[in-house]
Amino acid sequence: MTPATWPCPLPAGGAAREYALVFDRGRQHRLLIVPALFDESNRLRRFTVEVMRRLDGAGIDCFLADLPGCNESLQPLERQDTTDWTDAATAAACHFKATYALGIRGGCLFTPTGLPVWHYAPVKAASILRQMLRARILAAREAGREETRELLAETAVVSGIELSGYRLGADFFRHFEKMAPASRAATIAQEAVGGSGLWMRAEPGEDSAQADALAAILIAGIAP
Amino acid sequence: MSDDTDQLLRRILTDVLGLKPGQADGFDADTGLFGHLPELDSMAVAGLLTELEDRLDIVIEDDEIDGEMLETFGGLLAFAEAKRTGA
Repeated sequence: MTPATWPCPLPAGGAAREYALVFDRGRQHRLLIVPALFDESNRLRRFTVEVMRRLDGAGIDCFLADLPGCNESLQPLERQDTTDWTDAATAAACHFKATYALGIRGGCLFTPTGLPVWHYAPVKAASILRQMLRARILAAREAGREETRELLAETAVVSGIELSGYRLGADFFRHFEKMAPASRAATIAQEAVGGSGLWMRAEPGEDSAQADALAAILIAGIAP
Repeated sequence: MSDDTDQLLRRILTDVLGLKPGQADGFDADTGLFGHLPELDSMAVAGLLTELEDRLDIVIEDDEIDGEMLETFGGLLAFAEAKRTGA
């Protein structure tokens, strides 16, 4: 497992280096992974890397790329739009010469086209936002402030909003809230992996049986 | 219905809090939740409520969420049971 960088297109032209965690031995089968988003990305990162270790062991190269504005990225999150993330995932797939792609949870909204794609426990953007808005309302209430979902959403589409520490721009919010995972992907439901999804854990966790199961599904699809 | 809700709620808490199997069986009506368990912050509670909605097939309005219902296992169970009966 090594850190790598790749050229990610900037909206105004040019490119910035973004980070990726890679297992790259120049092998034939190459899987790009679009990580889960926001809070869920932290909770699922270790699980994701555990799946990558198993893929590596089975002879599959894999690449976990940061979306601009996320994880180690130096780009401001609030300046990202949804098209920037789609472009980023496409550029990462091209740079790493991916032959397959896997989206995890919210990452399924940004998996590149033109490759065989799996979606693990895909989620609609509206569901992600609903939970983040609820967390903000709960935190405000605890601090003695009343906020309503309607008012927050109205503000968000005009001037952007900070949810769970993530500063989302107005354009992003408007475009993101309508997004749903594309149906062309092969969906891997949590039931196929067993146990309960680690994204719902209050603290980041890991589960080797689930990592084994998800890796096995991918390996069977890539290198039967 | 009530036994079912009780079991489902214990399972959801097990999933959200990452409890060992059986650990949630020890929860009683007075077991403290929000404000008692450090890992159950507002983000985790939001996740917990989303899971409740999905698995109990209910809709929870923001203004229905108050400290009392989240404070103890008994409070949350009473809320979930009332929601399911009303649904």
